[in-house]
Amino acid sequence: MDMLEFVVPELDFRAILPQIILAITALTVLLTGVFSREKKGPAIGFLSLAGVALSFSAVVFSGSQTVSSFSGMLTNDSFARFISMIVCVVALLTILISINYRKISPAINSGEYYCLLLFAALGMMFMGSAGNLLMVFVALETMSISIYALAGFQKQREKSIESALKYFLLGAFASGFLLYGFALVYGATGTMDIVKIGRFLNDHPLVVHSPLLLGGVALMTVGFGFKVAMFPFHMWTPDVYEGAPTSVTAFMATGVKAAAFAALIRVFYVALGSLQVDMTQIMWVIALLTMTVGNVVAIAQSNIKRMLAYSSIAHAGYLLVGFVAGGELAISGMLFYLLGYAFMNLGAFGVIALLAKKDGEYTELSDFAGLGFKYPAMGLVMAVFMFSMAGIPPTAGFMGKFYIFTAAINSGFIWLAIFGVINSVISIYYYLRVIVTMYFKEPEQDIVMLTPTGAIILALVIAAAGVLFMGILPSSVLDIARNSTTLIM
Amino acid sequence: MMVDHQNIYLILSALLFVIGAAGAITRRNAIIVFMCIEIMLGAVNLVFLTFSRANQSVEGTFMVLFIMAVAAAEAAVGLAIFILMYRKAGSIDVDRFNIMKW
Repeated sequence: MDMLEFVVPELDFRAILPQIILAITALTVLLTGVFSREKKGPAIGFLSLAGVALSFSAVVFSGSQTVSSFSGMLTNDSFARFISMIVCVVALLTILISINYRKISPAINSGEYYCLLLFAALGMMFMGSAGNLLMVFVALETMSISIYALAGFQKQREKSIESALKYFLLGAFASGFLLYGFALVYGATGTMDIVKIGRFLNDHPLVVHSPLLLGGVALMTVGFGFKVAMFPFHMWTPDVYEGAPTSVTAFMATGVKAAAFAALIRVFYVALGSLQVDMTQIMWVIALLTMTVGNVVAIAQSNIKRMLAYSSIAHAGYLLVGFVAGGELAISGMLFYLLGYAFMNLGAFGVIALLAKKDGEYTELSDFAGLGFKYPAMGLVMAVFMFSMAGIPPTAGFMGKFYIFTAAINSGFIWLAIFGVINSVISIYYYLRVIVTMYFKEPEQDIVMLTPTGAIILALVIAAAGVLFMGILPSSVLDIARNSTTLIM
Repeated sequence: MMVDHQNIYLILSALLFVIGAAGAITRRNAIIVFMCIEIMLGAVNLVFLTFSRANQSVEGTFMVLFIMAVAAAEAAVGLAIFILMYRKAGSIDVDRFNIMKW
């Protein structure tokens, strides 16, 4: 049969050097975990750290050319490189937090944990550079399956098991929708290549509004919606984020979001660019509802991990505003925001992972009472992260929102920008409540202790420095983000 | 000709998908929920194969192989989670694991 004829692709292994480094590190760490005698030390943590650092430098020094390799399966453009950089930063900070978190939760100090973490990061990187729907799917599952296992890593804690269960069932359910969407788009266009789908739809305007394609796009939106915690599909987020080990929650909230938005941007702008006008009419409402639901429900939370979960839904809403706005300005704003969000969210979860009691960690808001004066340095960085999330200058959160809302106004979505700003104002209430609790409430009990090590201090300093640097000197990062909006069309 | 039968396969797969999705939402036993999700993936495979033949392109067939491989990996992790549930609570009822509510 002639349909089974295919050309052996040209293998350009340099294009996936960062990913190869991550994979080799992951396997090395796994074996080291099995064979090393010393089970309690941070050695495997530092080994994975070195791997991520190496991978990061491979991304940075991989040049600035735009190439498509492996027969279009992978697209190495500046956009993919920026996403890879965000993923490396996220993995780096998560590992630093985990090295410290092992004191609270010894279960995570194993080769398997770091191996899964690195493979999840690998999947995230591939999601940013996937040039084919097949690649999007495989990368998404590499990331998701690793994270299902990571969420259930505290085997003795019922909440951790529940978190893994819910994430797994809903994640697999959502992949079903995503795949059905891919299948229908494939049926309508006859190809899985993202660039070729875009070209096909440009050349065949009649197909653009065929029921097959529209159905596919709707199902794909559902699938991606689950991953980025878009409004009607956000219900899993708080349960999963609350139950998972804090270091994993930090990783999920930042890395998965960046990777899922990267795939969303590439698929919808490159492959389905012809549908953009129709899409914005629906996404407009979804963005608004996502922001509002996240922010309003976050006010009612007393558990800080749960509060940050709803806040992450709200942040997905802000990013969707950028998605609706479209264009280079919006893409650079979203990239800027994703990086800034990674810094502030990892920092906030890092602080939570730092507070320990004998049988676990402090996650109730009331546990933070009086900590600001007891541990001034910790209180200060937490305040910085909260200000940033609320979008108060001079922080990354403020500049990120500023760029995204500017892009929305430039594209004519003035009301959406206004609602975004109103939402920001609502969110100030619950972010500042953390600061007020830390500084103006008397502590109820005096058993909160810190478990600081060099690793977590380094993580918090990097995160706080990142937040402030992006807030005070945003142009340097924004310039990189502006140069990272080239998507292979 | 193939084209005549294409719609039959598409309708069958749509039915399978709906049955799977409905089961995944209504059933409470974790393994049955997971089986329903596998039915959904089976439906997707059928769509890919149908279009692969109709479009005379091999990409859809490749996709099916990848979906099957990924589903196997997913099953491994999923069953491990279910075993963890059973050890902790002696039951794999999804409702049993619902201590967190907003």
